[in-house]
Amino acid sequence: MSETTHDSAPPRDVPLAELAARHGLSVSGARPSLPQYVRQLWGRRHFIVAFSQAKLTAQYSQAKLGQLWQVFTPLLNALVYFLIFGVLLGGRGGMDNSEYIPFLVTGVFVFTFTQASVLAGVKSISGNLGLVRALHFPRASLPISFSLQQLQQLLFSMAILVVIVVSFGHMPSFAWLLVVPVLALQFVFNAGLAMVMARWGSSTPDLAQLMPFILRTWMYASGVMFPLRHMVETRANWPSWVADVLSANPAAVYMDLVRYALIDGDYRDTIPAATGLYALGWALVVGIGGFLYFWKAEERYGRG
Amino acid sequence: MAEPNTPAVVVDDGRTPTVIADDLHIVYRVHGGGGRGTATAALRRMIRRQPSGRVREVHAVRGVSFVAYHGEAIGLIGTNGSGKSTLLRAIAGLLPAERGRVYTDGQPSLLGVNAALMNDLTGERNVILGGLAMGMTREQIKQRYQSIVDFSGINEKGDFISLPMRTYSSGMGARLRFSIAVAKDHDVLMIDEALATGDKKFQKRSEARIRELRSEAGTVFLVSHNNKSIRDTCDRVLWLEKGELIMDGPTEQVLKAYEEETGK
Repeated sequence: MSETTHDSAPPRDVPLAELAARHGLSVSGARPSLPQYVRQLWGRRHFIVAFSQAKLTAQYSQAKLGQLWQVFTPLLNALVYFLIFGVLLGGRGGMDNSEYIPFLVTGVFVFTFTQASVLAGVKSISGNLGLVRALHFPRASLPISFSLQQLQQLLFSMAILVVIVVSFGHMPSFAWLLVVPVLALQFVFNAGLAMVMARWGSSTPDLAQLMPFILRTWMYASGVMFPLRHMVETRANWPSWVADVLSANPAAVYMDLVRYALIDGDYRDTIPAATGLYALGWALVVGIGGFLYFWKAEERYGRG
Repeated sequence: MAEPNTPAVVVDDGRTPTVIADDLHIVYRVHGGGGRGTATAALRRMIRRQPSGRVREVHAVRGVSFVAYHGEAIGLIGTNGSGKSTLLRAIAGLLPAERGRVYTDGQPSLLGVNAALMNDLTGERNVILGGLAMGMTREQIKQRYQSIVDFSGINEKGDFISLPMRTYSSGMGARLRFSIAVAKDHDVLMIDEALATGDKKFQKRSEARIRELRSEAGTVFLVSHNNKSIRDTCDRVLWLEKGELIMDGPTEQVLKAYEEETGK
């Protein structure tokens, strides 16, 4: 049945590599080409979604309050920041409670989305070696799936955020629709970043210990609980370009855009018009770049 | 193609090869394995600039070459830690080769989904998750769902499939995992000691299913310490020891030599 003996006199002794080539065998565990990889990944989309939902369900299944913790955890975080930055340290920069509390809660929820994706991304390969070593699937499924889990977690938080924002007198308007594309872009950015982190974390497990410190620094540098410009220019008396640079960082960009969409007040007017372009740029550069960077090492995940 | 020291050649007799291992080497790198674990020891290594002191290399498979053909059932034997499971993973393309190559026809798959399942989820959701993880479509899973549950026998003693898997007894969990794993058809199938799960009744059923899978799959690899199940299922055996291929031949011949060596 095999069409291998049609050349006149086949050599009796064949090197293994030639035998493989002759019968059309392919190298096992070789990295697929980029289009192939994208196709494989698309083929696994149901697994990616199911895995993220399963992780989400399993996360709090042992707690008595169950899934309610999805909402309580970020809220309690916001409460702590309110007491420290809003009340004790006076970091609100002239905002009254009706603007500051939605400002803070939005910041905490949106930043948590990126933060949790990065933390999960670092461990997405190194923490699932059993899965990587047992089953065949495009490895990018894992960091993407973990980012998707965080997106679903964020949607729970957004429901609470809407209640908070409305109860402080910010009524729904057409501007609210802006939240959807902004969070979509942030998700692309997060997934890209998670893939970069997954590759680093798979070769350097120590990164998982270091990440919480880096992320906390990033949080303070992005103005989660205080308006950046007020803190940098008025309180610290630094030149205004420092504030420009800090507010162009992706975490600040996505937070400010969600705030822009949901909260009316003086803060809205301080957000520069270019922020939307930054949001798009960060998503494209980090999303695509992270994917390519992750794919480049596809065949090496799972060693050691 | 230029292999200076070991020109691995084979006679092309017209049979269809499905898996070719060509001078395959697999090396594990283990972090934190070497040296003393105290802080002073770690500091001393840093001062003496021995960054690799904590990374140990384990050469698990050393230069294995063989050709597997369509329709063969091949047993892998060897003492614990001889590299059998590692070799299977390398064939499946799950472990990168240090040197050498594995060529395969289609995608070989390892029988096992344990790592994809989550104890906090219900059996029902685990069936779906496991199926998706193995690359089945939602349609295929829907079609086979009932037969997976029936095969596992989980629901024989009440509606257990809707309970979280952590509430299962170890035997029930093993049965469900096995049932999910054998639900898919494979080109090249690799089974790692999977036969020994569950009670007598379930073992009978699983052996029958393995034979069925064998007839559907092109080639089957079986790792087992149970020489009887190797005799029952395999017609060729590879004997590995310390990562090297000691013997490759018909089942009886290799098993006899192996039993003499291990003194059974």
